[in-house]
Amino acid sequence: MPPPRTRGTALRHRLAELRGPDVPAKALDARALAALAANPGCARRAILDGAGVNKAALASALGSPSAFGQSQFALTRGNAFEAKVKADGGAELLRLVHEKLDRSAEPPAEARVPDLTATGPQGRTARTALELREAAAHPGAWTLLDHPMLALDVAGSPAFLEPDAVVVHPDGSWTVVEIKSFPLLDGSADPAKVGAAARQAAVYVLALEEVAARLDPSPRVRHRILLVCPRDFSNLPAASAVDIRKQRAVTARQLTRLTRIEDIAEALPEGTCFSPELPADELTAAVESVPATYAPECLSACELAFHCRARSRETGAVTSLGRPVRAELGGLTTVEDVLAAARGEAGDPADPAVAALRRAAALRAEALEAACR
Amino acid sequence: MSLISTLARLEAVSTGRAQPAATVRHRHLSDRPLVFVPLTTAGEAGAPLGALVGTDRDAPRLLVVPQPRDRDLRFAFLAELADVVLPYVDAFAEVVEAAERTETDPETGKRVKVEVDLCADAPQLIVPSRGGIDLVRLLGRSMRFRRTAEQDPEAPYPAPPRVPLLGRWLTHFGERARVPGSSLLLAMTDVLGRHWATGQSTLEDQHLGALLAWIDPPEGLTGAEAALRAELERDAQGQLTCPPAGPATDPAFDNKLLAPAIERYDRARTALAAAEDGLEADDRLGALTAAEREIRDLVRSRTLPTWEKVWQGLDLLRELPEGAHVEERWTRDRWSFTGHRDRVLAGEPPQPRRDDAVTAANKLATREREQARLEAQEALDDLLVMAGRRLSGEAFAGEVTDVVMAYNEGKRPSPRPLVTVRTDDRPHLGERTKVYRSLGGKPQSAEFVGAEEDGGYVVLRILDKMGRGKEPEPGSVPEKGERVCFTLFEHEQRGGAKLPDPEETPWTHGGPPGEATLEAADPVTAEDLL
Repeated sequence: MPPPRTRGTALRHRLAELRGPDVPAKALDARALAALAANPGCARRAILDGAGVNKAALASALGSPSAFGQSQFALTRGNAFEAKVKADGGAELLRLVHEKLDRSAEPPAEARVPDLTATGPQGRTARTALELREAAAHPGAWTLLDHPMLALDVAGSPAFLEPDAVVVHPDGSWTVVEIKSFPLLDGSADPAKVGAAARQAAVYVLALEEVAARLDPSPRVRHRILLVCPRDFSNLPAASAVDIRKQRAVTARQLTRLTRIEDIAEALPEGTCFSPELPADELTAAVESVPATYAPECLSACELAFHCRARSRETGAVTSLGRPVRAELGGLTTVEDVLAAARGEAGDPADPAVAALRRAAALRAEALEAACR
Repeated sequence: MSLISTLARLEAVSTGRAQPAATVRHRHLSDRPLVFVPLTTAGEAGAPLGALVGTDRDAPRLLVVPQPRDRDLRFAFLAELADVVLPYVDAFAEVVEAAERTETDPETGKRVKVEVDLCADAPQLIVPSRGGIDLVRLLGRSMRFRRTAEQDPEAPYPAPPRVPLLGRWLTHFGERARVPGSSLLLAMTDVLGRHWATGQSTLEDQHLGALLAWIDPPEGLTGAEAALRAELERDAQGQLTCPPAGPATDPAFDNKLLAPAIERYDRARTALAAAEDGLEADDRLGALTAAEREIRDLVRSRTLPTWEKVWQGLDLLRELPEGAHVEERWTRDRWSFTGHRDRVLAGEPPQPRRDDAVTAANKLATREREQARLEAQEALDDLLVMAGRRLSGEAFAGEVTDVVMAYNEGKRPSPRPLVTVRTDDRPHLGERTKVYRSLGGKPQSAEFVGAEEDGGYVVLRILDKMGRGKEPEPGSVPEKGERVCFTLFEHEQRGGAKLPDPEETPWTHGGPPGEATLEAADPVTAEDLL
């Protein structure tokens, strides 16, 4: 008789089954984090990300490939810039951290840069935790963790995260560093991109706080992260401290409100599997068995968006035109319902949403008719 | 989004075609716009890859940077761009007409009329999408502080002569584009999206191909089908058949076609540099030219479809009649253009990196005022827009059912007739709320007196525009049976409180900015790209 499984291993086993045999789990990358922020209520996204399914491969297998891709030019530049920032044992990076965040500390003349290589995400996470504990034993020194691996509990399953760098200050506090290749032009950068970077960093901060909580005394995780970007039109690094308290609070709240992946997984029919190897119709059925909450914002954040959009349009959901549209239509959720109500063929005239629609339809018709004359 | 435009979108979904969101054209379109379809290199700030530019639909000028990381090639591109844009701009700067402007007399402090030149027409730049406007601004910023060899003989990597001037103009276009209702620099997706409601979300409307597919679908396809094809269809090589309108390129294009072509170009250049004799050099020059032509063809293949679409969009927009107030707003654009022309001619330094407090506050006030003006004018010009305002209770239309003559109690009684309007609209009227109607292009104001309990009838007291006499001038008071439309918003915008002159900036706002100086150029490094 096999030993009784704990809940944790049972879930892990179940998620591995969903992923398919011999398919490795995918870590939560920046895009998955953006998708989490853009659409936290989507059960389909939650279970796929939770199980570490490669959504891009899944979307291609479903016949609606995602339009994401990275140009090799952007990739080369991103990597080259990051390497430049971290060159010489992170001397420039630490100088920026000192200048922007911790001017009262000793300037970083030399820093510890521990080796974090290990096998597998679990191994690297353990290694990172070990080095963070080790850094706490060296008060007064600067430590730079280059590409550490962190684990965060997302809806009941661990998600692996890889920040660009984490710096341990001489006072023992930790700072997340995000290196991006969009420019900081005359001291300001594209707000949308900075916002995305801040949301991403907030998730790292939450993961680091979990690590810190396990240490005694718990080191402080700073709520101002360092965003490093190229300055103006050059390739010189410029940095700015970004306060991520708000993003951290929002993300923490979203994480606690997520439907537990366990519950979503339990509701799935027996034998459901999202392996891209499966035939398209089986996969479609598997994906359809989890409800999605599609909105146009998904297009810029989720690989599966084209698939969900096609489904949403097929059913005539008004949300496919945008969330605000849905908000002003009350209980009417499909295009046909709304148009029928506007034409006066259906709907309760006492319903304020229906009454407003009829007035809008009448005013619109009147204006168009007058304009044609 | 108002319920009326939501309804239009839903109708577009069900009919498979975009529905009108306006009945007139709310933006000025020049007879000779300069269309600019740029592409940039992914990941680099302001490193152009190429562009199609020109005023002739059939003869666009193709500009290409075969190796975007080479500073000399980038400068050559910008110099060529200056050769196209600056003569176009200059042509408008030369033709002027006399106009009057009120200025404060420096000695007496009184407002006096001064006769000045106003350019008879202004240039108009059209880019495919909002990203294009951002790029115009970015290119302007990257060029306007550059130094030419003439300005600073010591400068490393001097810019070609007219490049800094182009930077100043592009900056001006980019700044003006932030003013609501201005038309000096337009993004085609914005203008089309203003006039048509498609069956997709506003986010998806940012794709020029998909937007046009809804407005003007090809034979036999619905808007939804055509839009989907424009968004996603790929050819046998895995390339999008409708390339993105830029300035960003499709990653598949970068990786599969562009990167290998650039690599071949680099190799050919290295080979040419290593050539040992004339004969060999000739051969290798041939190879380099071929490699360059290949990149040019690639860039042309990605920009030409967008170029065609921008012109198609212009055709569609030209079919709409121009709104009544468009001309007036264009005159403001002409003033803005003339103002910048004068600043350039007067030898003023380029626009600073950051505006001083007074300039910034003025800009902000202008944008707010123009936004209010635009909203009011669009509603007055367009019944469909007015319908939206009526739905939201900011205007009402109806028939005059009764007019009662009344007078105010002054030494000289003036007419204050009471007008009853029957309306189905539900305006948000409070006691003595002021309302306005357009009377021969001028606003006539009235105040709300009362309404019937169950609504439907509104009584107003007309307040002005009736002449000086005891009897109102004919036509100045609505008559029984006349259709009238009153708005709760004002038709003309008053300027806000006057700001102090820049020299009088209080210390709380940084104090006087001092003499306008030429800001230092961006420091250049030997290798400015990664």
